[in-house]
Amino acid sequence: MKVEFLFWKGCPSHDVALERLRQVMAEEGINSPVEIVEIETEEGARAAHFVGSPTIRIDGQDIDPPDEEAIYGLTCRVYHHEDGRATPLPTHNLIRQALLAACEPG
Amino acid sequence: MANLAIGDKAIDFSLLGVDDKTHALADYAGSDLLAVIFYCNHCPYVLAWEDRLIEAQRDYADRGVQFILINSNDPNRYTVDDFPHMKTHAQEKGFPFPYLFDESQEIARAYGAGYTPEIFLFDSDRRLGYHGAPDDNYDEPGAVKRTYLRDALDALLAGKSPAVAQTPPVGCTIKWRR
Repeated sequence: MKVEFLFWKGCPSHDVALERLRQVMAEEGINSPVEIVEIETEEGARAAHFVGSPTIRIDGQDIDPPDEEAIYGLTCRVYHHEDGRATPLPTHNLIRQALLAACEPG
Repeated sequence: MANLAIGDKAIDFSLLGVDDKTHALADYAGSDLLAVIFYCNHCPYVLAWEDRLIEAQRDYADRGVQFILINSNDPNRYTVDDFPHMKTHAQEKGFPFPYLFDESQEIARAYGAGYTPEIFLFDSDRRLGYHGAPDDNYDEPGAVKRTYLRDALDALLAGKSPAVAQTPPVGCTIKWRR
């Protein structure tokens, strides 16, 4: 499984999000390495199709696929709790579902 | 890095609000405390704290506390932060406070604001009494341990200095024009 963690350090939640990703992977017994990619420029954001920090991709698939109109750039990304509240962090459940979906035989 | 230190006087502004009226610092002379909060539509930290700020304004309104939100982001970088979207967002959320557009970004630069949200809370003499974040947990309202803004409001309303007068602002960077 290929796990990518893309972040921009201008957004302060990336360390918490990375810790959360690793925690969920450990809970699910997934020991794949996490490829950490720092996005530093607007050009880099466009090249990486980076819609905000943090972004997690499992086997190339965004765990929360952005809208087609989403703009690539150096910004913080909006996620949502199950109750609809906005949060800068991907939830444990969102990460877990994406990891488990990637584990399912295709 | 904010240009204002604790005890410094508020900097005047004259900005268009989502009510299509111009708002200036002097318009709020009748308010005991005034919080100038740099804000925007797109930032997840703003959105995560938004309901708590609305609740705080409602809780303290009858004690002479007024919040004023200022959006200084360049809308060319984030269309969702433009003036029409500000109007829509304020209406949808039922904002109980003015929401002003700092199109030239001069007010953010004058205050030395760098983030959204970033709070500058002024006392009755319009001297800075608290600067920083709303509380210590943007993500989980139920897990908040330090209610910085509310603690500062209570202290200043009681004529005291807040025990915590400064915290690091936590949020998105203000999107400056290029």
